Amino acid sequence: MLRLLQIEFQKIWLNRTSKILLLISFVFPLSILILSSIKINFFGFILDLSETKIFEFPYIWHITTFFVAFFKFFFAIVVVSMIGNEYSNRTLKQNLIDGLSKKEVILSKFYFILAYSLVVTLFVFIITLLIGIFNSPSGSLYIDTIFDGSEFILAYFTKLLTFFSLCLFVGVLIKRSAFALGFLFVSFVLELILYGLFRFEWFDYDKSNEIMQFFPFTSMWNLIDEPFSRIASLHTTEKFPITDYPAYWYEFVIAAVWIFIYIFLSYRLLKRRDL
Amino acid sequence: METILTLQNLSKNFGYLKAVQDLSFAIEKGSVYGILGPNGSGKSTTLGMVLNVVNKSSGTFHWFDGTVKVHDALKKVGAIIERPNFYPYMSASDNLKLVCKIKNVAPDKIDEKLELVGLIDRKNSKFRTFSLGMKQRLAIASALLNDPEILILDEPTNGLDPQGIHQIREIIKKIASQGTTILLASHLLDEVEKVCSHVVILREGKKIYSGRVDEMVASQGFFELKSEQKDKLLSYLENNAAFGRVKEEGGLITAFLNTPLSAADFNSEMFKEGIVLSHLVQRKESLEEQFLILTKNQSN
Repeated sequence: MLRLLQIEFQKIWLNRTSKILLLISFVFPLSILILSSIKINFFGFILDLSETKIFEFPYIWHITTFFVAFFKFFFAIVVVSMIGNEYSNRTLKQNLIDGLSKKEVILSKFYFILAYSLVVTLFVFIITLLIGIFNSPSGSLYIDTIFDGSEFILAYFTKLLTFFSLCLFVGVLIKRSAFALGFLFVSFVLELILYGLFRFEWFDYDKSNEIMQFFPFTSMWNLIDEPFSRIASLHTTEKFPITDYPAYWYEFVIAAVWIFIYIFLSYRLLKRRDL
Repeated sequence: METILTLQNLSKNFGYLKAVQDLSFAIEKGSVYGILGPNGSGKSTTLGMVLNVVNKSSGTFHWFDGTVKVHDALKKVGAIIERPNFYPYMSASDNLKLVCKIKNVAPDKIDEKLELVGLIDRKNSKFRTFSLGMKQRLAIASALLNDPEILILDEPTNGLDPQGIHQIREIIKKIASQGTTILLASHLLDEVEKVCSHVVILREGKKIYSGRVDEMVASQGFFELKSEQKDKLLSYLENNAAFGRVKEEGGLITAFLNTPLSAADFNSEMFKEGIVLSHLVQRKESLEEQFLILTKNQSN
């Protein structure tokens, strides 16, 4: 496993574009840290985000993971191009001739995705913990209040892993980086349209959620639901329609099944191909 | 004799096209093999199958004694297929380091192999800055990193200039002289003739010959002759049972032998007949001539 990880790491680290994208994807989560500590002077209004309670436990776990998850697109480019480059340089063929099996080719890329997701998750975990500790009233800093809601970290990790596995699969399927990224975007839009049709044309809200939760992009989205209505309900005494925000176990199961499907199909696809 | 690679009834179909049909042969340790055949005869497909990049349609093959998985066996093989494939953004030595990791060998032989192919001065240059000849030499260095049991080369001189071709041939000869088994695929016959002791000949995906180069056609060879007394010589040759076909081309007489006859015996015979030869060469058919004979026989 370590050998496969080293092989993939060398391929990515020595490629300048991949290296820069990789570093950028680490820099962006830091912006949340900065955002939480500054008071924005917005045309005379002083916007102090830290007064909205969103940087306090337990909300901070939800907020950071939700927003930081959008930065996954930087690494998605790396994942898609690590397959695309192997095809365009014909190095995939050379790797196989040199004695890497097709299974090892897929595994080395999956291990790299796994390692990256773990490191980023750990990074986000530490940042969130720091922000939370700095912003929460010091009287309420007990272990159980601090880690209340930290299941979102696990949801974040699963979301990353599922998304990058999807990117890997699409990369193997399409072979060309740019087309693969286009395909990802188009399939995302198609799923949105499908969701719209389900919800507003064919079925109602509950029914459409019941069905759509099994779809690739919706299953990822469901892991960390949008936090806005939850935050809004914090600041009003009115009864807000409470969103179904917690990360449920079955959402993890659906995502895990998708990961397995993506990786297994990538392997089958590669195995069947003549290079 | 230790067998390195065994193929049994190996076939590959691309749709309706039968690229390789029922191919069987074995490669023994220590010899230099050539796979010969015109373009599109299935050479690269055959190598692709044994190198794990093309899926076979039917038949079997195994490396060594057949107890190791193909991808593990390939770690003891060095192979270059068609054109050199490396990561353009990595330097020569970084590319070789990656190959070492894939092959699971220590990277301490990198400098030695770069020295062998004459690229040691460029070890830190990016692969994309290399000329085709240098890329091909780097590919050879990479294939030798694990001191392979067998070196497989598919059209190694394709697209190179004469100097590049010469360099690659010298390297191949050097490697062959160290006792490494070599399998060389080419459609250039003189290339194979210069280095190979055994050949496998393919035509339209079928094997038409496999064995030693010098046993390819049942032939005693021929004499190339010149003489002032041409007519006398011709009538002697035509009336002698030791000779079969005789042909004359631009003053050069070629007489094919039916039975073995040494040049010395033939010369003294000529002396007795009172024929003075100005030119006498005993030759065997070149690989090219043998190849044409074989493919002609097959198509009849």
